[in-house]
Amino acid sequence: MQELSLNILDIAQNSIVANASVVDIEILINSKQKNLVVSIIDNGKGMSEETVKNVVDPFYTTRTTRKVGLGIPFFKMMAEATGGELSLESTLGAGTKISANFTLGHIDLIPLGDMASTICSLIQCNPDINFIYTVSENDETFTLNTKDLRVILGEVSFATAEVALFIREYIEENSNHIIQRSILTI
Amino acid sequence: MKSLQELAAIRDKMRQVVNTRESSEDNIRIVVGMATCGIAAGARPILNAFTEEVARRNLNNVTVTQTGCIGVCQYEPVVEVHEAGKDKVTYVNVTVDRVAEIIGEHIVAGEPVSRYTIGAVR
Repeated sequence: MQELSLNILDIAQNSIVANASVVDIEILINSKQKNLVVSIIDNGKGMSEETVKNVVDPFYTTRTTRKVGLGIPFFKMMAEATGGELSLESTLGAGTKISANFTLGHIDLIPLGDMASTICSLIQCNPDINFIYTVSENDETFTLNTKDLRVILGEVSFATAEVALFIREYIEENSNHIIQRSILTI
Repeated sequence: MKSLQELAAIRDKMRQVVNTRESSEDNIRIVVGMATCGIAAGARPILNAFTEEVARRNLNNVTVTQTGCIGVCQYEPVVEVHEAGKDKVTYVNVTVDRVAEIIGEHIVAGEPVSRYTIGAVR
């Protein structure tokens, strides 16, 4: 995958399959420490210690349609290529937190890419899940919580095409400058 | 810059649309495969393109959504069209350029674009 935002979209699918009702996606940028932390936190069904050990192995998967599971191994590889690491905490019945550290400015750091499309796709395709998206760089933070949008929308679904397009543009206009600025100044 | 208040206007417009539609039996679902295989092959821009085309043409009976791995990873991006009372149509190797054709010929005119379906590559 050529963008981290695609890895994030992929990792978030695990939260959906785990029946999470709340999924928190955080992009925390610390320009001074040249650090980028990407976290996906859910309240889904969680994993046993045994499964947590297995999921970083590409030849482990719970799916039946094919025999490999590359999502988490890809994400880990991307982080480690920049001198970072992946951490995975999970509790059965409570949820999972997956977090990856990247070194900003590292030659092998792939671009973050189109985060607005990733978040918008997740909201549009999973209208009943509460997504919380946070982008933070030093002293500026952008947060989008679908709970707040739900209050405005009433019974109109997030799956409505026009609503989805609005959400994508809203995220782009209100948060892309935070990501771009931090990447330009490294 | 967009503010959340603009959402209220979209909501009001959608409420009117829902009220004027006679039944929900004509609903069509466009489903994009979004597992690792689909995402790596470009499913996200395909989902965006379908969403844009549906909004542009005001196709209020059409929902664009996702599913996991459909099981034909070598043909990703894969898109299925589900319509009540009709067989599912599976499009393979979908590109952004083909989206407008699929919407125009299949969703609007009711004629599946057979040259882009899984039957054409197998």
